[in-house]
Amino acid sequence: MERSKLAKVKLPKEKLVELDAFIDSLEDKEGLLIHILHKAQEIFGYLSLEVQLYISKRLDIPAAKVFGVVSFYSYFTQEPRGKHTISMCMGTACFVKGSEQILETFCNELGVKSGETSKDGLFTIKDVRCIGACGLAPVAMIDDKVYGHLTVESVKEILDEYRKEEQNENQHSESVI
Amino acid sequence: MKISTLSQLYEAKANNESIYKLRETGDAVEAKPEILVGMATCGIAAGAKKTIAALEKALKENGLTDVKVNSVGCIGSCYCEPTIQVNIPGQAPVYYGYVDEMAAGEIVKSHLVNGVVFDSKLLKIGFEKADKEKRDGKRQQRIALRNCGSVDPQNIMDYIAYRGYEALGKVLEEKDPEAVLEVIKKSGLRGRGGGGYPTGYKWHATAIQPGKEKYIICNADEGDPGAFMDRSILEGDPHSVLEAMAIGGYATGANKGFIYIRAEYPLAIERLKTAMAQAEELGLLGKNIFGSGFDFDIELRLGAGAFVCGEETALIHSAEGVRGEPTKKPPFPSVAGYKGKPTTVNNVETYANVPPIILNGADWFAGIGTEKSKGTKVFALVGKVNKVGLVEVPMGTTLREIIYDIGGGITGDKNFRAVQTGGPSGGVITVENLDTPIDYDSLKEIGSMMGSGGMIVMDESDCMVNIAKFYLGFTQEESCGKCTPCRIGTKRMYEILDKITKGEGEPEDLVKLDSLGQNIKLSALCGLGQTAPNPVLSTMKYFKEEYERHVFDHKCDTGSCKGMRVYRILEDKCIGCRACVKVCPVNCISMVQKPAHRIDQTLCTKCGACFAACKYDAIVIE
Ligand SMILES: Cc1cc2nc3c(=O)[nH]c(=O)nc-3n(C[C@H](O)[C@H](O)[C@H](O)COP(=O)(O)O)c2cc1C
Ligand code: FES
Repeated sequence: MERSKLAKVKLPKEKLVELDAFIDSLEDKEGLLIHILHKAQEIFGYLSLEVQLYISKRLDIPAAKVFGVVSFYSYFTQEPRGKHTISMCMGTACFVKGSEQILETFCNELGVKSGETSKDGLFTIKDVRCIGACGLAPVAMIDDKVYGHLTVESVKEILDEYRKEEQNENQHSESVI
Repeated sequence: MKISTLSQLYEAKANNESIYKLRETGDAVEAKPEILVGMATCGIAAGAKKTIAALEKALKENGLTDVKVNSVGCIGSCYCEPTIQVNIPGQAPVYYGYVDEMAAGEIVKSHLVNGVVFDSKLLKIGFEKADKEKRDGKRQQRIALRNCGSVDPQNIMDYIAYRGYEALGKVLEEKDPEAVLEVIKKSGLRGRGGGGYPTGYKWHATAIQPGKEKYIICNADEGDPGAFMDRSILEGDPHSVLEAMAIGGYATGANKGFIYIRAEYPLAIERLKTAMAQAEELGLLGKNIFGSGFDFDIELRLGAGAFVCGEETALIHSAEGVRGEPTKKPPFPSVAGYKGKPTTVNNVETYANVPPIILNGADWFAGIGTEKSKGTKVFALVGKVNKVGLVEVPMGTTLREIIYDIGGGITGDKNFRAVQTGGPSGGVITVENLDTPIDYDSLKEIGSMMGSGGMIVMDESDCMVNIAKFYLGFTQEESCGKCTPCRIGTKRMYEILDKITKGEGEPEDLVKLDSLGQNIKLSALCGLGQTAPNPVLSTMKYFKEEYERHVFDHKCDTGSCKGMRVYRILEDKCIGCRACVKVCPVNCISMVQKPAHRIDQTLCTKCGACFAACKYDAIVIE
């Protein structure tokens, strides 16, 4: 992105305050860059270039260094994500128990490829390597919740649950208005 | 409250002794009955929270208000989660598996109200606990996992009741760091993170370095996909790792420890934080521990999803907050590690073995296992095996004992094909080696390696070429890109395997794979690249005919390699409903002879959409 454009993008104030408070609470700021990026991703949802620049200024380190770290680790994302993140395990235990087919089902149901966000903005799906619940293979994690022994049928049921919940929330907020 | 002497620790232990007795033998008449529920990641995913609610409800309904329900870590029986343990004073503990909400109610009624064991959910466990008759009789022995499933990881007093922090107290009272090094050396403990380097000698190497600023790191990156023993220890018994790090810190002269843990383990992170706070509150971490003048702090450092960060030099860079790229060794971390200072790096399971060695002595530990590999090893037994879960067995146990005696054999009516150990760095073990006693050296001899302990069981329906491709895909994606052999070499190997699994392989591909593999092993910078070709080389050695069948006949007999599948429509079953025609992305299905359809094989992309769409089983894979 061009410099002139960047300067104009405003990050929400209250989120910046939260990030600032976190950074101020740390002693070894530079050594904890990864920690800070985790926190920033939690606050902003993703690490946009603006957020990365902001952190580089706050820590007084080159933006290239921040970008270098962000792009190295697969846990960090530079794109906005859907409301829920589905992490489909493609580790070995899940692979031998048919995780490829489960991933395919998720993707077909959402109409996207792995790594993308569904049109309604509700789900982002990505494949990850082992979430340590191999005993329940095949496994996926939706946000922080683990779902085990997945089948083509249960994938559909789980997605429906989230969709229904979303509908209820929307209805509720409409009736409040 | 503070615990600042060993006698204060013993007092706290005595006050909580009934916890230990009740849970181990039931020999605690004065205690109140309790139910322990396995609340590690697997247990929670299987519904343990609902089980707790159901237990509490049933207890209340039956007026059993003095029975407590406590959360513990996991006993390793992942296949039958949620699991619970019922402890009634004066009786041996009883385990149950598959305890859903319904079973929870029944167990309360039968066991706690009427005093009758609820047989249909009874779980026989294979380690030395519980009633002898209810034991599975097989050879598990728990040292690293000794407390998992017995102590509440969020309650330091449970750990103290199980002799927690006693080893640290003794070490600090004796004030002889060299004696600690000697005990660990003599015990024969070797690193459980993969390499198998003798721990005592590693500690010694850091200890003899000059200077006051040294570090000790716990490697909790657990990158091997399909392995979860470290997660289980951290979720079920975090204090044992903290205590061991303090002991290691004292022996090597470090006052600061880091736990480098992967961000994919949120529950383990949370439990570690709680455990650290509790230990600090009692003065068991922090300044002047046990009044000895020894200070020791631990900090968490989070990973961010990069497999190479499990490699110790890369891990140290990542802990410093930069890109986790490995560097050449020597210098080893013991000489120049974190911030260039002497640093010890050990694996979670390695640490978990340390307190028992200090308490029971080097000879006790050295008496378990084989000549060159002492003690036990935890394996994550997963894949096509009935009793999926964690098992801890003495070194030298055979694969047959693990898979058949403890693991209950292969799922369904299929036959055993191979086991992959050592993850993306390891190789396969086949039928002919089922009876080889496994330890670090025997596994190396047969072309695999111990690795961190992942054990993926595969049956006849798994294609070895496809599995090799899976691993290469993994390492190729995880290669950090710093050295050429790994960055480009693994990519070329992957491309060749991809070509073979698509049915386009040529005979010289096998020669190329072999020579590329040998070259990468010799020239890559770090352990990731040096071991990346192993899954290919090992499967090529043991399953040569299978590779040849792919390359010469372009056939995959297991049907796993999608590219080689041939989809055919059975004309006598097809009713002409056009469901397959509608989903075919390349329009290669047409009506030939009323009413049946036919697939034009020259156009088919083997996507399988028609197979999934057919409701009449009229499409088969050949
Ligand atoms: C690519 C690669 C990945 C590794 N991943 C891990 C890991 O996830 N956990 C671990 O404890 N050791 C891992 N290791 C081994 C470490 O480099 C190091 O040897 C180990 O942490 C030392 O501890 P130990 O002596 O207690 O085994 C890995 C090594 C390589 C080359
Ligand atoms: S392999 Fe999927 S959770 Fe471990």
